[in-house]
Amino acid sequence: MKKVTVYITLKPGVLDPQGKAIQESLQSLGYQEVEDARVGKFIELQVEEGPNIEERITEMCDRLLANPVIENYQFDLEGVK
Amino acid sequence: MKFAVIVFPGSNCDRDMYHAVKEVAGAEAELVWYTETDKLEGVDGILLPGGFSYGDYLRSGSMASTSDVMHKIREHAAKGKPVLGVCNGFQILTESGLLPGALMRNKHLSFMCHQEELVVEDNQTFFTSLYEKKEVVRFPIAHGEGSYFCDEATLKELQANNQIVFTYKNNPNGSIENIAGIRNKQGNVLGMMPHPERAVEELLGSDDGLKLFKSMIANWRDSYAINA
Repeated sequence: MKKVTVYITLKPGVLDPQGKAIQESLQSLGYQEVEDARVGKFIELQVEEGPNIEERITEMCDRLLANPVIENYQFDLEGVK
Repeated sequence: MKFAVIVFPGSNCDRDMYHAVKEVAGAEAELVWYTETDKLEGVDGILLPGGFSYGDYLRSGSMASTSDVMHKIREHAAKGKPVLGVCNGFQILTESGLLPGALMRNKHLSFMCHQEELVVEDNQTFFTSLYEKKEVVRFPIAHGEGSYFCDEATLKELQANNQIVFTYKNNPNGSIENIAGIRNKQGNVLGMMPHPERAVEELLGSDDGLKLFKSMIANWRDSYAINA
């Protein structure tokens, strides 16, 4: 088994109203040093080991997990004992 | 003209859509559960209603875009037959790649539910031929993720091909170029966030949406008469 961690973030330049709200809330708590906040997604998958695992995960990201119009993604693979 | 109104788990404007085309516009219509793909044989127009298909898990419209019925609808669209997606239906069409761009969280984050004024930017389409060019119409909006986004190149293409069909007068959600509705290049697929099906009788506060359904029916009749 492999543990796959997929990180999905909005592309730079894409307006992130959720991030903006978080930034403003942090500032209203007194954290004036927060200049920007961006919100992303974090998805964990347990995947059986097999050939072309990286290609298949890339395909999963492109076809469903991320929307390539507005989002970038990256993933980490690690073994699970 | 026979319409199918596709019902996904979580659709909630399906009956409004059915009522608008059948009871008010006077066309044939059938509610089709998303697994009943064989019921799409012999259907002329597909209507994807608003709501929260699959609970909007992951992203609005993303789960519905992978369903078998969407493969059928892609084939239907490829044949040049009309497809209208409203609200969640529009989100499903962008997630499916049938329309370019994406729908994001509203600029001010809140879910909005009220009437908005729209401008009919193009009345030379299958869906809008009974409107005047630049006619101002009032349709309700009801969405939390209706901010239309696309990259610069896509926007230029939309403009060059007259694919922007409706714009907001007072952009309520932060959409690029005030976009409220777009069509595909071929002109047979329209997606829009505002709800024409909830504006088909004066009782509802506006009947401006009726002309959209009547345009579809009239244009279908014309093309059918030519083909027959």
